[in-house]
Amino acid sequence: MLYSQPAMHIPDGFLGLGVSITCWLISIFILSLALRSINRNFNERQVPLMGVMAAFIFAAQMINFPVAGGTSGHLLGGTLAAVLLGPWSAMLVMTAVLSVQALLFQDGGLLALGANILNMGLLAVIVSYGLYRLAAGRSRLIRQAATGVSAWLAVMTAALATSLQLWLSGTARLGLVLPAMLAVHALIGLGEAFITVTALAFIERTRPDLLPETSRSNGSRGWVLAGLGISLLVVILSPLASIAPDGLERVAHKLGFSASAQTPTFKLLPNYSLPFLGRTSLGTILAGVVGLLIVTGLVLLLAHSLRKKGG
Amino acid sequence: MHANVFDRYRDGDSLLHVLDPRAKLITALLFILSNLLLPDGAWLAFALSFALILLGNLLAKLGPTYTLRRSLWALPFSLAALTVLFAIPGQALANLHFGSLQLTITDAGLLRFVSILLRAWLSVQVAILLVVTTRFPDLIHALEHLRLPKILVILIAFLYRYLFVLTDEVMRLLRARQARSASIPGLHGGGSLSWRVQTAGSMVGQLFLRSYERSDRIYSAMQARGYAGQIRTLASHDLHKKDWFFMLVVFLVVLLLQIIARYP
Repeated sequence: MLYSQPAMHIPDGFLGLGVSITCWLISIFILSLALRSINRNFNERQVPLMGVMAAFIFAAQMINFPVAGGTSGHLLGGTLAAVLLGPWSAMLVMTAVLSVQALLFQDGGLLALGANILNMGLLAVIVSYGLYRLAAGRSRLIRQAATGVSAWLAVMTAALATSLQLWLSGTARLGLVLPAMLAVHALIGLGEAFITVTALAFIERTRPDLLPETSRSNGSRGWVLAGLGISLLVVILSPLASIAPDGLERVAHKLGFSASAQTPTFKLLPNYSLPFLGRTSLGTILAGVVGLLIVTGLVLLLAHSLRKKGG
Repeated sequence: MHANVFDRYRDGDSLLHVLDPRAKLITALLFILSNLLLPDGAWLAFALSFALILLGNLLAKLGPTYTLRRSLWALPFSLAALTVLFAIPGQALANLHFGSLQLTITDAGLLRFVSILLRAWLSVQVAILLVVTTRFPDLIHALEHLRLPKILVILIAFLYRYLFVLTDEVMRLLRARQARSASIPGLHGGGSLSWRVQTAGSMVGQLFLRSYERSDRIYSAMQARGYAGQIRTLASHDLHKKDWFFMLVVFLVVLLLQIIARYP
């Protein structure tokens, strides 16, 4: 089958009503900002371009690469869209893609669509574009590394948000679902990062005029701050919540939105902590940072080999 | 490639086919909402909901189990809900040990897990029933009538229109890759993983260039046909008496389901 199902689309029935409505409200708010920005400098040339780009993101998800043991990786596309189209257009394009996936393919639920748009469309674009703008005007190597890291982080952000939404709905046990989701998507994110970087490198080699200006410009500070903020939150919260979900649950209970009273019935292996630092929170944050450094290194390596090839 | 590879629409003239797409979309959402609100373990209400979906299948002249057979999409995701088995305190049913990890399946957890699966499975069937009986362009019109932002509706319409065109493009790229990827039987072929990823990345880049150039041509063609920033249509969708009646009946049935679920 050509159409392979991405793993992160939440079907209907998995999210509680409150979580669904909250996600819809957040998504609608961000989308209304996007719509206002698009309408302010509306250019009718943009309509067919964005429309075909939405179909492009959808079709690009069919290009897979064999990994091992019959599994294959493929693209989610949020980062690619953000870099190629700019953040506001990318948000609308990703929203269209996710809506068609839900309506036509039942890939992700209709009531859960707000959450799916938030996770894979909006958060991913904000993270990607913020980090991309941060590296604007720097050397090509740094820009490619930033793009790769942002693609990986965009996938991880979506995985974290999905896990949190499931947990808040009382549909999953945080201490189990979060490490599992993050572990799976750490790999998926690597594929996403490498494909995004190589695709952009290809476009830069063949049609550099199509890539938007990479110089520093005014008005990008907000994006950089938003992107960095969410990234830091993901890097710190993911390992913390993975090994010490009870702490997060206590906070949630205090804030009064814990779906059900949940008592710890098991202890999880400290998967995400560095052995010599023990199970301190410092150790877990360090673990997250080390993971980030490893990915950065990998992407730098890839970018380096690409540059050699490009001459 | 033909559009019907992706399209789930099955042509027909049944009651469900001729209803206004708005009415169908609203009732589908209402039914999915109802599934969401059914409490854990309301077996009678779950069974009645399923019976209603069977009835919908019959009304659409699809045969009773059409949506049932196409509703396995939601299954992979249920792995995430599997963790709820251990999440809720209750009477222990079984103990599992994975190294130092000890998990206890409780009866309350099992009840919740089964309920979540049933809700997801019923909801997917409703969504399938919607697209099987509604042409996708009609569904897009329904979104427009429901006051979705215009630009978003146009994007969805474009995405649907060019999905098939760009899928053809992808098929060509995949065929070209396959044609150049010979391997001797029994030997490892196709280079390292990083090489494979780079190939896929270049294909995505190539697809972008082709899409971009195509959008240029589409824009010229649209201007040649008098495009001025709006998409016009001759089709007028009106809500008739039978649409209102259908929506009212589904609303009452959903209300009844919720009452049955809460006061058995």
